[in-house]
Amino acid sequence: MVDRVVTGAHYGLRDWLIQRISAMLMALCSVALVVYLLLQPRLDYDVWTGLFSSQVIRALSLMFMISLFYHAWIGVRDVVMDYVKPAGARLVCHVLVILALLFYAIWSVQILWGF
Amino acid sequence: MKFRIYRYNPDVDAAPYMQEYALEAEAGDMMLLDALLLIKQQDDSLSLRRSCREGVCGSDAMNINGRNGLACITPLSSLKQPIELRPLPGLPVIRDLIVDMTQFFKQYHSIKPFLINNDPPPETERLQSPEQRAHLNGLYECILCGCCTTACPSFWWNSDKFVGPAGLLQAYRFIADTRDQATAERLDNLEDPYRLFRCHTVMNCVDVCPKELNPTEAIGKIKDLMTRRMV
Repeated sequence: MVDRVVTGAHYGLRDWLIQRISAMLMALCSVALVVYLLLQPRLDYDVWTGLFSSQVIRALSLMFMISLFYHAWIGVRDVVMDYVKPAGARLVCHVLVILALLFYAIWSVQILWGF
Repeated sequence: MKFRIYRYNPDVDAAPYMQEYALEAEAGDMMLLDALLLIKQQDDSLSLRRSCREGVCGSDAMNINGRNGLACITPLSSLKQPIELRPLPGLPVIRDLIVDMTQFFKQYHSIKPFLINNDPPPETERLQSPEQRAHLNGLYECILCGCCTTACPSFWWNSDKFVGPAGLLQAYRFIADTRDQATAERLDNLEDPYRLFRCHTVMNCVDVCPKELNPTEAIGKIKDLMTRRMV
């Protein structure tokens, strides 16, 4: 294996920044959802379907899910970089994680717009 | 006073072991290093590094009751007995409490720890205003003892690729220096998922630094400068 030259690989900042921004988005959305649910006098099927029939809520939910998946990608990639050293095994792990997250993203769209 | 000290002589021992020592002395206002030197009078095979005995040279860094620190400025009275001493974690042991710091200094050298200025030298010094000089406070005091870097889990996992808190604090020391002209190159050199971004703000470095410096804050300022440069 070729040793890494001791200089920057010129990436990493964007991922770090996206992880922070996606975390803030998810925190805001979660607080908003909890506040909304606490303000409901009763919580039943009609309230839930009413909430998610709004296109704005669906779009915001999808934004939340995409933030979650991107955030998860960077986090899991970092864990794999720490613990899976052989290049082949690491590549397989990365591809599997990406495929799983893509699958979840498509599934989220289907859940949000599919009923 | 009771001590349990990590012993390992690779020429003789198959594996490291903990050896118990007892001292008759009172803790009083003694420092841990004083006690270690008394123990060394009992058993001169015990090996450790020490030099200035006042927290300036940084050579007697060790793991004291599970926490990295300098033996020479750790009061004996502050320690719970038996006092358990181990070498700094995450580095190869040469013998007993002496570790091989090669990887630590390789990372330190990789950030070019010297002023880069290509202007012809002035007749006297390159001057700074008091305000410009104040930016170096909390950075220049580092004695490179290695307590912070060897307390960092990211350095344990990736000591060959992650610069570590001491190296990054020194990197920021030169980035923050108004006389240095290589800020862009220094940021380029650090923009890397391993070299800088293995820092996950665990803050063990801040917790253990015997000089009470804050590498996490310096790392945050490097990230801040990179972000400002990008957007």
